[in-house]
This record gives sequence, C-alpha cells and structure tokens, in this order.
Amino acid sequence: MLKLQQLARGSQRICLNLLTPGLKVTRFQFHLKKMEFSREKRLKARLAGDRRGDLYPHSLQFYLQPPTENISLAEFENFAIDRLKLLKVVENLGVSYVKGSDEYKSRLEREIRKLKFPFRALVEDDYDARRKDHISHFILRLAYCQSEDLRRWFIQQEMDLFRYRFNELNGDLVEKFLKYVNLSYGAISKEVKEKLAVQLLNSTPGLSGAKVEELEFYKVPLQDAMDLFRVRRVYLLNAFAYVPQTDIVAIVLNNFRTKLSKALALTARSLPAVQSDERLQPLLNHLSHSYVGPDYTIQKNIGKISLEHIDALSVKSFPLCMRQLHKALRDNHHLRHGGRMQYGLFLKGIGLTLEQALQFWKSEFIKGKVDADKFDKGYAYSIRHNYGKEGKRTDYTPFSCMKIILSNPPSPGDYHGCPFRHSDPELLKQKLQSYKIPPTGITQILELVKGMHYQLACQKYFQLTQDVDDIGFSLNHPNQYFAESQKLLSGGREVKKEPSEPESSQQKLSSQKSTNSCSIPISSNTEADTELEGLDAYFTED
Amino acid sequence: MAGFEPGSLPDLLPLYYRRLFPYGPYGRWLSYGGVVKNYFQRREFSFTLRDDIYVRYQSFNSPQELEKEMQKMNPYKIDVGAVYSHRPSQRNTVHMGAFQAQEKELVFDIDMTDYDDVRRCCSSAEICSKCWTLMTIAIRVIDRALVEDFGVKHRLWVYSGRRGVHCWVCDDSVRKWSCAMRTAAVEYLTLVKGGSETVKKVNLTDPIHPFISHSLSLVEPYFEDYALVGQDILGSSESWEKVVALVPEYILRLLLREFPKKHDSVQRWELLKKKMEKCKPSHAESEIMLQYCFPRLDINVSRGVNHLLKSPFSVHPKTGRVSVPIDLRKLDQFDPLEEDGEKENETEPEPKRRTRDYRKTSLAPYVRVFEQFVEEMDKSRKGELLKKSDLQGDF
Ligand SMILES: [Zn+2]
Repeated sequence: MLKLQQLARGSQRICLNLLTPGLKVTRFQFHLKKMEFSREKRLKARLAGDRRGDLYPHSLQFYLQPPTENISLAEFENFAIDRLKLLKVVENLGVSYVKGSDEYKSRLEREIRKLKFPFRALVEDDYDARRKDHISHFILRLAYCQSEDLRRWFIQQEMDLFRYRFNELNGDLVEKFLKYVNLSYGAISKEVKEKLAVQLLNSTPGLSGAKVEELEFYKVPLQDAMDLFRVRRVYLLNAFAYVPQTDIVAIVLNNFRTKLSKALALTARSLPAVQSDERLQPLLNHLSHSYVGPDYTIQKNIGKISLEHIDALSVKSFPLCMRQLHKALRDNHHLRHGGRMQYGLFLKGIGLTLEQALQFWKSEFIKGKVDADKFDKGYAYSIRHNYGKEGKRTDYTPFSCMKIILSNPPSPGDYHGCPFRHSDPELLKQKLQSYKIPPTGITQILELVKGMHYQLACQKYFQLTQDVDDIGFSLNHPNQYFAESQKLLSGGREVKKEPSEPESSQQKLSSQKSTNSCSIPISSNTEADTELEGLDAYFTED
Repeated sequence: MAGFEPGSLPDLLPLYYRRLFPYGPYGRWLSYGGVVKNYFQRREFSFTLRDDIYVRYQSFNSPQELEKEMQKMNPYKIDVGAVYSHRPSQRNTVHMGAFQAQEKELVFDIDMTDYDDVRRCCSSAEICSKCWTLMTIAIRVIDRALVEDFGVKHRLWVYSGRRGVHCWVCDDSVRKWSCAMRTAAVEYLTLVKGGSETVKKVNLTDPIHPFISHSLSLVEPYFEDYALVGQDILGSSESWEKVVALVPEYILRLLLREFPKKHDSVQRWELLKKKMEKCKPSHAESEIMLQYCFPRLDINVSRGVNHLLKSPFSVHPKTGRVSVPIDLRKLDQFDPLEEDGEKENETEPEPKRRTRDYRKTSLAPYVRVFEQFVEEMDKSRKGELLKKSDLQGDF
C-alpha cells in the first residue's frame, strides 16, 4: 500500500483524482499507476496521438468526468488563474454590456483567444485548449464550492460562458452536442400542435401564428425547462413544457446548471480531503478571495461604529438600498425577515458588535408593536443567528450586490432588495430628487436602470452623492460602498477608526481616538495582496 | 379569536393529544406507504413547548413513537420538516456536512398580512369573513395551476389556524424537487411583485400567458362581490386614488374628474372599464383585479427543502384553533372563524372508547377530508405498483 508520505509536503505534482466529487478519493488511493511511468513519460503518453480525440470529442462539455491525470503544481496554478481571469471578464462584460450583443461577443471572444481556451467548436487540433478548459473548470470547483455566495458567483459566470460558447456552435454541431449530452426530445405531432396552437402562441413571446406553424415544438419534462417556465416563456400542460426549437438553449443551460450545482454540493462535502492537502488549501483560498472580492466578514471593523452615528452615516455613506432599509426601520419600527437579514448583516459588516446589534434592533422594535419580551424571545434569536451564535453557527456574510439583485426579490411590505432593480422607476426618480441628485444625474441613473445595469446605476449614485469624478473601483458590495465612502470622507486611503462626523459627535471621537489610533486598511486590493504575498512565500518555500 | 384564553392550553392540549389527534391517518400520510426505506424515521419534527421553547431535529422510529412523545410533551405547536439523509435525532453522530435535507413536500404559505395594502376591513393578524375571500381565491388559482399545469395529484390544503392557508403537495416526484425547482414553480405562480416601494405591482404584457388568463377567469367571478362591494375599493377618494394610480396617466385624470359623480364602487368600476376599452392594448383593468385579488405566496417558505411548516392538526397557540384540512369541494363555505375546534372539544361529552374520539367531535368532517386525501395517495401508489409489475410482465 502506498503511503501518505509519497505526497509529502513539497511534492510538486498533484493527482487530479482529488477533484472527483463524491468519491472518497484520498491520498491513500493515490495512483498505483504513477508507479508505472516516470512523470514525463506518462504525460507524453497522454498527449500522444489517438486518444486525444476520445477524451474531448466536443469543444464544449458538461464537465461530468473529472480529469484523472497528474499535473504539475505550476500548471495547476496557471490553469486556475487563467480561468478565473476569464470568469472575471465574463462577469464584467455581463454588467457592462447586453449579454449576447455584438460588443459583448467580440470582447469575450478576444479574451477567450488570449487566454487560450477553446473558442470555436470547429477548430480541429484543439486538444490543449480543451484540456485546459476541462482541468481548470474542475480546479475552480474546489475553490468555489465552499459557500453559497461563492457557488452562486461561480455558477453564474460558468453559465454565461457556456451560453456564449453554445450559441457559437453551428446547426450541425448543436444536434451532435445535444445527442452527446442526452438532451434530444421528441417533437410534438402536427395534430397536437394544431390543437394547442393558441396556447403555444400565447405562451411564447415573440412568435407569430405563422412562426408557430413553422417551428418544431418539443415536449420537455418540467425539470428540464425550469428557466423557461419560471418566467412563463413556455406553455405548461400536465407536467410537460412545450418548447420551441429556438429555446432549446435554455434547456441545455438549465441542465448544465442543475448538474453543476449538484456537483458543487458534492464537492463541498468531499472538501475536507482536499483541504487537508497543505499545498492546495492556500491556493484555493486565495483563488476564491481575490476574485470575488472580500466577503466583508472581516472582524477588524468590529466595534468601530457607535449607534448614535448610524442616522448620519445612513445619509452620508450608506448605499441607497441600506439607506432605504434604515429609513423604513426608523419609520415603521419594524422590518420583515428579508430586510432584517440584508440590513442586519450589512451593519455587522460595517462593525456593529452583537451587543450593539441587539440594542439597535430592540430599541427600534419596541417603539412599534413588539414588546421587549417578544423581542427577546423571537427576534433576538435571528440576530444572534446572523452573528453565528445560534443554529448552525455559521458566521453569515453580508450580502453582495449580486445576491441582493438576483435572489429573494421584495414582496409587498418588504423594503429590502436593490432600489435600482426593485423600485418603480417613477418612485426611484422621486426618491433621487428628494436626495437632491441633479436632474442630469437622475436621467443618467434611470438610463442605466433601463439597461438593467443596476450596479453601474449605483456607482453613478455613489459618484454623485460623494461628489467625485471617477470612483476608481467597480462596485459589487454594499459594504464596499460604505468602505469606499468612508475612505473618501476621511480624506485618505484609510478609514479612521471613527468615521468623521458632524459636530455633535466630535467629543466622543476625540476621546476614542486617543485610546486607539490605528486605522483599518479596507481596500479590497490590499486585502488580496497580503494574501497573495503569503501565497507566494508558500510556494517558494521549498 | 374571541374567547380563547392561551392560558388554558396546558389543560386543553393533553385532552386534544390523548383523544382527538388523528394519529392513524397522520402516520399513514408521512410513511408514504413505506416504499422508501426509513422515510418516516428520517423526517424532522419540531415541537414548540411552553414558554416558547423550541425543540428542533426530533425524529421517531414509528408513528406510534411519535404519538407517545406528543402525548408526553403536549407541544403547543408541531412543525414538520424535511426527510434527511440520516435520522435527525442522530445528526450529531454523522460527519458534518453529510447530514442533508433530501426530500420534502412542496409547501405554500399564503398569509393574510401580505395583503395589507389591498385590504380595508382588517390589518396584520386580523381576519374576517370579508377578506377570507382572498384565501378562497388563492386556493382556486394555485390549485388549478398545480393540477393542470404542473400535473400534480396530491394536494392537502390546510387552514393555518390563524390568518392564512398552507398547501402540502405530496406527489412522489414533487417531494424530490430541488430548491431551484421549487423557486421556479413559485415564480411561475407569482404575479404580484415589488415591495412597498412599488405602486404598480402587476404588469402584464402581450401575449397573455394561459396561466394568467386562467387565473383571471378564476378571479373575475369574485371581484365584484369581494372587491367592489365588500372592500368598497372605489368607495372614497382616499381609496380610489390608490386604484387609479394603476391606470395610464390620461385616463387617471379623467377618472378623478368623473368618479365623484358616481354613486358607488360598482358604478365607478363600470366607468373605469369603459374608459379602458378605448385604450387597448392596456391591461390596466386586469392588472387592478390581480393586484387586489391574486395570491401572494411567501417564497421563502416554499423554496427551502429544509424549511419547517406548521403541521396539519397542530394547534395554533395564539388562537387555540386547530390547523384543519380544507375540503376543496366546499371551499366557498369554509369559514375560519366559525370553526373553533379546540373550544368545542371542551364541551364534548366524554366518550367511552379511547380511540377515534375525533369522530364524535366537530373535528370529524376535517379528519374525513384528511383520510380521503391519504386514501387517494394509497390508491395511486397501488396503481403505480400494478403498472410497474405489468410492465415487467410478471403480473
Ligand atoms: Zn377582514
């Protein structure tokens, strides 16, 4: 039997078997095969001739089989970083351009070529690119399976990337690919189509009667058509969706996402095996942190805010979503669950301690219908929960913009969500006017909202309220908004321990200053850089 | 709610759990025919005890063991959770992360408080027979879609005991649905969108999806009686201003001028409809009806596989009312205020036999609805088995 020591610290090669989700692959099972060849020979055997085609028959795949070969630590790292670069580009393009527009496509194509990922299906000798695509995807799964936020981000970017690549396939290849991934469905007969003609027409936006006649419709099980029926773009009858051939791409994506999210859940469960690999763990942590940005659970901020400053801060440094929540809380002495989560975690992120949070919420709630006893029994639990003191004891992270925009939209009576995404444009306009945003600025913001660029709209709002010409960062987190605003207000790169405040708070400010004058470096870059340094040191250690 | 004294629960609950709770059909329901190994055993129950003590992750070897525990603890409230990969009571003995929620009924929670911006008779936790119509409409709309669109067979609609209704969708395939699938279904079933910062919460665009036209045809028959007469939504300038805010600007001005001349909501609605006819393709008329009447689902309850929901036949600790199944065939007659199970139980004569006491109380008709629901599931399970053995040719 092979022993642990064979993978002893400092070994510069990694068995990709580790990437197999679900399988309890540990280092004990570690390659019997490896003994047969020296590393170089083995690699050459892999690369040589015929077997390449078998391995990757299509430029596109669902990533069902994890790679099994051995690769060097250097290649492992390069692949991972390149894919992250690509996914980051996918994210940025998606925020700045309409997905699928010419501009979007040409920019994405450029990046894919540059980073040497497979770009068109037809390119023959594409083995290296396909291999890189395959392996790098699996490495990132490891880094991005660890929390719900990371999984959400990863799935979103992989989906967008996949959509682009699938749409680049021409007719013949689409058919082949669908067969390859087992997604060929039966078309409905002429008679059935005639019978359902009206329903099909009314269920499928953008179709004319003639078009309905001409197109094939497929009878697809409910599960496979999730993304189509959720937005009512397809006719549902008795657990089947009737999907026009033009919408098959949504089915493929849906299927891809289901498989990917299951696989990520499995990977998360087998993660302990990987995490105990000391060479991988820092790299994986670095990967997940540096590109999504910090998650703002950093405990450094804790206790730097005093409760009486929150009203003033909410005007000066809160993004619109939090300002809205704060006002609603003050007005109604209550917030419903969604609001309490979004606002509560934000406050935690800017530095409220658990004790402060309890005091803050309680003092407001008991002005309303909730008495102190009820608060202590009911609401206090969920606040302690947010701070990881109850339940699963997860230390919950403040919500990112993407999470706020994409998940849990507000219902009647709710004040959470993203005001740029979830408000009537008319109300948004009034609100911005009342906040004294100049008319030209409001027009610009509403334009961005119309184009569904909610984060850019918020960036514009930042620029206008903080009175800067160029904000110099790309906004993806309410706590980032706060930190950047504080940075500006304190007139430097660093945030003073007590944010600069109107006169009333001066006294307190100076008294606290004397006890602790250190400042918090909050820039995401700084954070990432420190980590990177550590990582570099690690890899050069031996 | 009138007349119920929560302080009397400690006296009432033992009686209820000893004599009235329908353990038989309840156990049969959650065992699902014993087809899947340890299905009942891996189910999470949670009890709320006196003084809001909340005990999660309880599980039982058999319905009988659950019965015993219920009679011992006399919970103020019982919640049903998911079927997990392992027995919830033993979750600490398995490796962290391995303990996962695997299956659960698809559940819906419709709560009257979510309609506060469109109800005038009551607010927050209050309900009356007037606004209860909203629940009736909700059940009609959601139930039709579940059956016809999603092909679902087994639904149990339950009065929550206070201010709303729950639905348990129990088909084998649906219990396996992922969180994403549940979310998608709720989104399909949701038309009223936006929080307090959104005035116009329903926006229809052409073409009108069959789900929406079906739903409209279910809302329409109730609209006049419920919204125009009962809620009188166009009765005063204060209330009609909220309604006309939903129509296009130029019609709005016209209506504001002419409304005061009309006598009541019905007449004003006729006027609105007439004016709207001239400005097709606006859907304002339908949008108003939907905003005022269409079901408002709490997505958070439906989405999570591991989300707990108050069990049928649990008592609502604040009202003392039992969560009873609703007979869809008599939906329009269901009156949540009339039914006061727990209180009546008190005065029921002490029956001699211990079992099936509920047959002699006001709980009986509700238990019958529940039994029929469980029987239907048994029947279709047998049908499935027959079909399978037919297919295998060994029938
Ligand atoms: Zn009422």
